[in-house]
Amino acid sequence: MSGGGSLERERRQAYLLVAPAVLVLAGVALYPILAAVWLSLHRFILVFGERRFTGLDNYAFLLSDARFWAALGNTAYFTLVAVTVEVLLAVPLALLLNRAFPGRGLLRASVLVPWAIPTVVSARLWAWMFNPEYGVINRLLPGSDINWLGAPGYALHAAILVDVWKTTPFVALLVLAGLQGIPEDLYKAARVDGASAWRAFRSITLPLLKPALLLALLFRSLDAFRVFDAIYVLTEGGPANTTETLSIYAYKTLMRSGDFGYGSALSVATFLCVVVLAAVWMRLLGREEGAR
Amino acid sequence: MNRPGLGTALAVVAFLTFFLGPFFWQVLTSLWPDGELTRPWPSVLTLENYTSVLWGRPFLRVVANSLLVAALTTVFCLTMGAAAAFALAKLEFRGRGLLLSAALAVSMFPPIATVSPLYLILRAAGLRDSLIGLALPYATFALPLTLWVLTSFFRQLPDELYRAARVDGCTPFQAFRRVLLPLAAPGLATTAILVFIFAWNEFLYALTFLSTPEKRTVPVAISLFASEYREPWGEIAAASVVATLPLVVLTVLFQRRIVSGLTAGAVKE
Repeated sequence: MSGGGSLERERRQAYLLVAPAVLVLAGVALYPILAAVWLSLHRFILVFGERRFTGLDNYAFLLSDARFWAALGNTAYFTLVAVTVEVLLAVPLALLLNRAFPGRGLLRASVLVPWAIPTVVSARLWAWMFNPEYGVINRLLPGSDINWLGAPGYALHAAILVDVWKTTPFVALLVLAGLQGIPEDLYKAARVDGASAWRAFRSITLPLLKPALLLALLFRSLDAFRVFDAIYVLTEGGPANTTETLSIYAYKTLMRSGDFGYGSALSVATFLCVVVLAAVWMRLLGREEGAR
Repeated sequence: MNRPGLGTALAVVAFLTFFLGPFFWQVLTSLWPDGELTRPWPSVLTLENYTSVLWGRPFLRVVANSLLVAALTTVFCLTMGAAAAFALAKLEFRGRGLLLSAALAVSMFPPIATVSPLYLILRAAGLRDSLIGLALPYATFALPLTLWVLTSFFRQLPDELYRAARVDGCTPFQAFRRVLLPLAAPGLATTAILVFIFAWNEFLYALTFLSTPEKRTVPVAISLFASEYREPWGEIAAASVVATLPLVVLTVLFQRRIVSGLTAGAVKE
C-alpha cells in the first residue's frame, strides 16, 4: 500500500464517517433556519393554508410592534440579571468546592440535582412554593402575602430565581474546572510574599479565571436569552405580558394564533439577537486568547 | 488554607439548603394528604398522591413515551456521533474545524428559531404527533453535544493506538471499530447519560409537535397537569418525583462523569 494511496483512502473514509452527522445537522438545523427566513417573508396563517410572498412586510411590522420591543426588553433583562447573579453565586460556590473538607463529594453531587431536574418540573415546584396562600415562601416570610407570579414586577424576578437555582451549579462547574487549572505554587509564592487571601484572590485567581468566566458567561447568556420552559410554566408570559420573552411571544404567535409568517419573523429575530450576542462574546474571548 | 472553619461550614449549609431545599419540599408535598395542603404542616404522610397519579392517570404511559424518545435520541446520536467524532479526532481531512464550529453554532440556536419549518416538515412527512418523529429534531441539540464530548474523548486516546492498528493492516474504519471504539466506552457512557438527560428534559419541541394526550412526554404532561378548578399540587409533586428521581440518582451516581463530560463539551481545547 503506497503512502499516498493510504492517505487518500483515509480521507475518503473520514468523509464517509462524518457524512451522516453532517446530513442530519443540515436537515435539522441548517435547512430549518433557512426555511424559517423564507417563511418570514410570507403572509401565512396555518389554518387558511394560503401562503403569499410579502417581502419584508413582517419585519416592518415587527419594528413597529410594541409587544416585540417589550419582549426583547424582558429577555435582555432576564438574561442580564440571571447571568450576573449566577456568576456572583457560582464563584464562591466553586471556591468552596475546590477546598478540602468533609462532605465535599456530597456537596458536589447535590449541587447537580437542580441541573438534572427538568426545567418544567422545577418551574412547577417553584410555582407551588410561590403560591400566595399556601406557598412555603410566603410562610417563611412572616406577614407576606405577595402574589409572586401574579404581580407585575415580581413575576420576572421570580422566574430569574428559578433560573438561578437551576443553572448556578453548571456555572460553578465551569469555574471549578478553571480553578483546578491554576497552579498551587502561585498561591504558595503569594503567601511567602505575605499577600492576604483577598489579595491572592484578586491578583491570581480572578485574572487566571477570566477565560473560564468568559466562557461560562457566553454559554449561560446564550442559554438565558432563549428562555422558554421556565417562563411558559410559571406565568405563560403574564401578568400583563411582563414576563413575555421573545421565545414565548414567538411560540404564542406560531402555535396559538397559527400565524406562521409573523411567528417565523419573530423566531428569526430571536435567532439574530443570539447571533449578535454570540459574536460579541466570541470577540471578547478571542481578544482574551490573543492577550495570553 | 485547607482547614475547614466555621465559615466553610456555614457556606456549605447555605448552599445545600438553597440547592436541595426545594427538592425536599417537593418530596414532602408529594407525601402530603390532599385535604391538608392549606395547613402549614401535614399531620400524616401518605402515598395517596402516588397511587392516584400512577393508576388514576395515564402517567406510566407518559413515562414510557419519554423513555422511548430519550432512548431513540441517544442511540441515534451516539451511532452517528461516534463515527464522526472519531474522524474529527484522529483523521486528516479538510473541514474538520469548520464542522466542529458548525456543531457549536447549532448548539447555540434558540430552538424556537427552527420550530415553524420543523413543524411543517414533520407534518408533510406524516411524523407530526409521533414519538419517532420527535426524536429527529432532538438531534438539533443532542448531536452537537455528542460531537463535542466524544471528540474530546477520542482525542485523549493516544494516536499511537490508531497508527499501530493501521500498520497492522486495518482500514481507518476497522481501526475505529475494533480498537478505538471499545476504548472510548467510558466516553460513550458519559455522552449517553448527557444526551439522555437532555432528551428526557426537552420541552418546547415536545409541546409543539405532539398533540395527542397519550403521546405526551413527561415534561409536557407535567406542564399540563391542571384540573378545572384547582391545581392538584400533591399529584403534580408525586409525578415530578417519579419523573426526576431516576435522574437525581443517575446524577449522584455518575457525578464525576457528568462533570467531566459537561466541561469537556464546554471547554474548548
